Amino acid sequence: MEDALLYGRLQFAFTITFHYLFPQLTMGLALVIVILKTMALRSGNPVYNNAARFWGKIFAINFVMGVVTGIPMEFQFGTNWAKFSEIAGGVVGQTLAMEGMFSFFLESSFLGLFLFGEKRLGPRLHWLAAFCVFAGSWLSGYFIVVTHAWMQNPVGYEILADGRIVLEQFSALFTNPWATWEYLHTMVGAVITASFVIAGTGAFYLLRETHQPYGELFVRLGVMIGVVATILAAFPTGDGQAKNLAKYQPITFAAMEGIFETERGAPIALIGQPNMQTRTLDNPIFVPKLLSFLTYASFDAEVKGLNDFPEENWPSNIPGLYYSYHIMAGLGSIFIGVMLLAAFLLFREKLYTTRWLLWTLMLMIPLPYIANTAGWYTAELGRQPWLIYNVMRTVDGISANVSGGNALFTLIGFVAIYFLLGVLFLVLVGREIHHGPEGNGAH
Amino acid sequence: METIWFFILTTMLGIYVVLDGFDFGAGILHLFVARDEEERMLIQRSIGPFWDGNEVWLIASGGIVFFAFPLLYAVAFSGFYLPLIFLLWLLILRGVSLELRNHLNSSLWKSFFGKGFGIASLLMALILGAALGNLVRGVNFGGVVDGVSHYESQYFFTTLWTNFQPGENPGVLDWFTVLMGLIGVVTLTIHGANWVLLKSDGPFRRHLAEKARLAWMAAWPLIGLSIWAAADIRPELLDRFNNNVLLYFLPLSALAGFAALPYFQKRGQDLLAFLGSSWFILGMLLSTALALFPVMLPSSNHINPGITIYDAATSHYGLAIGLRWWIFGIILVIAYFIIQHRIFSGKIASDEDIYGEH
Repeated sequence: MEDALLYGRLQFAFTITFHYLFPQLTMGLALVIVILKTMALRSGNPVYNNAARFWGKIFAINFVMGVVTGIPMEFQFGTNWAKFSEIAGGVVGQTLAMEGMFSFFLESSFLGLFLFGEKRLGPRLHWLAAFCVFAGSWLSGYFIVVTHAWMQNPVGYEILADGRIVLEQFSALFTNPWATWEYLHTMVGAVITASFVIAGTGAFYLLRETHQPYGELFVRLGVMIGVVATILAAFPTGDGQAKNLAKYQPITFAAMEGIFETERGAPIALIGQPNMQTRTLDNPIFVPKLLSFLTYASFDAEVKGLNDFPEENWPSNIPGLYYSYHIMAGLGSIFIGVMLLAAFLLFREKLYTTRWLLWTLMLMIPLPYIANTAGWYTAELGRQPWLIYNVMRTVDGISANVSGGNALFTLIGFVAIYFLLGVLFLVLVGREIHHGPEGNGAH
Repeated sequence: METIWFFILTTMLGIYVVLDGFDFGAGILHLFVARDEEERMLIQRSIGPFWDGNEVWLIASGGIVFFAFPLLYAVAFSGFYLPLIFLLWLLILRGVSLELRNHLNSSLWKSFFGKGFGIASLLMALILGAALGNLVRGVNFGGVVDGVSHYESQYFFTTLWTNFQPGENPGVLDWFTVLMGLIGVVTLTIHGANWVLLKSDGPFRRHLAEKARLAWMAAWPLIGLSIWAAADIRPELLDRFNNNVLLYFLPLSALAGFAALPYFQKRGQDLLAFLGSSWFILGMLLSTALALFPVMLPSSNHINPGITIYDAATSHYGLAIGLRWWIFGIILVIAYFIIQHRIFSGKIASDEDIYGEH
């Protein structure tokens, strides 16, 4: 039973982490493709359409990876988390089923049209197909976030005498105050990933002095989108998320920030290592009173520390939570700095020749993936030990009939298969980028 | 309300098998019937723009089980743990193989992913058939051994095989479910051939039609055997039909659709042939659902009962609100479906724009 819980959690964590590497680019890139198709329609310049076609090909590889790794996510609720599904399926299943009906059908039907139908459709309808793919992918993200937001902050439900949780008010799922900020923050994160991928690819072309017009277009587009998205990630979306945490999950908030003692005028820790033995933060660098100000708009506001809460409700892995949060926030701050600088040089028309910054943009491609992953780890580790916050504990959600040995077997299988998928993805996308956007004909 | 959702669910699952079924059939033909790269590309182009959308019917049906019948979702998915995970792995192999095959112009690469696509499709057809066999035969609720339950009475866990007998404690595979798996393979091969014929022209058609005809002849003894076996293992399946003889119309019309296939093929009526095999699949699945109703998953022992729609369903409020958005959703789905199939209508398999090679 202990083993089954461990392997079940590891399998879900591993498969969802790997899965989300793809949808974040899918959602971000879908927006970029719509922008490129719009520019192509308005200017008639074939560069934009070639660029859209080029990113469409990478989108397709990325999308397949997202689809094939996404189906196991839905099914694992039943296979490994049967008790959770049995008890809460009437609520969480509702929004997941809606995702299937309203977004996956839209996305997949029009992706086929977008990829295979450019000639049959003509430019305007092809733009519409791209837009429907974009709408489908962003709608899909919305239903997932609404489902997740319910697990973080359950609303609109009732618990029956037999322990089952059923829906009491459908609309409450969508007006959940947790869902709005989480959705916007997640989508902005996806756009940041796409902006770095595009700018980094453009930088690669400029540094290698190939595909010059595309290099300049990609860098320009990536930086312009990136500078807006990185700022939106911090304010207002990140800020809104943090305030929700302080309000609805104060224990998680204290653990993320590494606050053990309740204090007025709490400082914010930029860096430091939580020490669970002494219940302090080792080697901290503090900015005085800033946490109180950011959270409650007053330098003297009181921020609750972990010691004020019963230990059995503390997040089960406080150092992991603290680091996830600080990695996300730290990278997010670096992103803002780099994008602002790049935008400034773009404005001064010096960016395309500033090689060190082009190198930086290219090498930073993996970082938004890490930041997005760390953000989700913050949300998930922060919710523990709860599966549904304050309603159901993770340990109570597992499938009691699936043995640890069976769960480990499938975990090993997933690791092996996903490793191969990862290699395939890198090889194929690397090849497409190496090929470049020119001369691929009407594919 | 539970009844409405039961039939919505079985219809959606049936549509999934009809739609993704022709993809799997195409994969089997890709593996065994196509003789050269040109024929393989014909097959692949005929399903290229569709397979992904077809797979969504599985995801959507899964979502419907999850929210409308959470207990069944929990119990069946954890109970069939290994076969379900295998199914997921095969869907990964199929999707990746199909999409990535044409990304490199290398014969080794193409042959590797071509085989991957074919083998995954073959095994998927086998699994779908065997899954239907398991639903009919039932599972060992409570994990009963010698009259003693080892789990909560609503839960079970099925190993891949026990003694290959459909007795009290059967595995996923026994002779009956393997037989059903074979029927799955043969039926979907024919169904896939009907789809490829609908979408292609040229000399490959004759070869394809010949092989489909062979599979059609092989199917009859298997189907006959399975009907006899199902009635032997679970005699109560026929009760509902015997009580209301009119209901026999459903399975008989499905069989008639299947019987008429060579007639349609001979006259070159590709669309009617495809609809015939589609109706055979959908009609037989609906007949099975009708025979089991209101049971969703029967029990193979006499101690713990199977799960009915009333045990498994969520609250009435949840089902009612779900019906509202579902009706809205299904109208949209039908609209997308019509748009997609209109734009890619005709013999698209010879259109080189579908999967242009590099």
